[in-house]
Amino acid sequence: MQEFLNMGGYAGYVWGAFGLTTVVLLLNVVLARRYHRQAAIRARRRHGSLS
Amino acid sequence: MKFLPKFVHRLASPPHFYRLAERWTPWLGLVAIVLILAGAYGGLVIAPVDYQMGDGFRIIYVHVPSAWLSLLVYMVMASAAAVGLIWRIKLAHAVAASCAPVGAWFTFLALATGAIWGKPMWGAWWVWDARLTSELVLLFLYLGYIALHGAIDERTRADRAAGLLAVVGVVNVPIIHYSVEWWTTLHQPASITKMGSPSIRDPAMLIPLLIMSIGFMVYFAAVLAIRVRGEVLEREWHKRWVSEILGDT
Repeated sequence: MQEFLNMGGYAGYVWGAFGLTTVVLLLNVVLARRYHRQAAIRARRRHGSLS
Repeated sequence: MKFLPKFVHRLASPPHFYRLAERWTPWLGLVAIVLILAGAYGGLVIAPVDYQMGDGFRIIYVHVPSAWLSLLVYMVMASAAAVGLIWRIKLAHAVAASCAPVGAWFTFLALATGAIWGKPMWGAWWVWDARLTSELVLLFLYLGYIALHGAIDERTRADRAAGLLAVVGVVNVPIIHYSVEWWTTLHQPASITKMGSPSIRDPAMLIPLLIMSIGFMVYFAAVLAIRVRGEVLEREWHKRWVSEILGDT
């Protein structure tokens, strides 16, 4: 296990790259969902102001 | 649009697409999670150590899929923008506008993981070689699309102006791809796409990379499906089907 985590001395680089990738993957889901949710709120509000 | 097949017409109808995207998102997400986890396990655990780069080469399993996706997203964005410009299909512009932020993030990720890889292998986070520079230009194209789109108030005009930028920017895509052949670069040549003889021959190394790349593409489809629904609402908010879907008739 220790050897696996150590990544042959490249631990910081390998885990850094994989960690950053995980963050970007999760972030893009959050941002997309937030965008859709806010668009729905805006659409409702505009629609309400029409009628 | 007479020559377009019927299913294209149906697909281009915003309410139809909206419901389709909503239904497909959880499945795309599930497939993406399974593929990405399998690819990560294969890349970090199963793949043997590289004889030159040791365990440091494992960064390839996030770097190459991000870089491929940064190009694929651009091709999708530019194609959608072209369809929107030529046939004036609103949904196509909604797709193009949805691609831009995702593409920008994956271009950033390709550059960042590349820098993390470059430091131990080349001794530098960044060099101004052709591959890195043209990928940086790709980031600016995405940011340019977002900025131009945001700067124009009227959405139809914003779609067309930014769409034109996206289409013109396509020239950068082959430049990125062939940069490692046309110029002398520090960046290594393509590992997979060299026709006939990929330089990664060991299936235990190659297969996780392919799984991870497909996983990233399915992930993109899922995120795109969510974003396009938002963009469609922004463009179609005055339509009746929108108020029906949002449940406030």
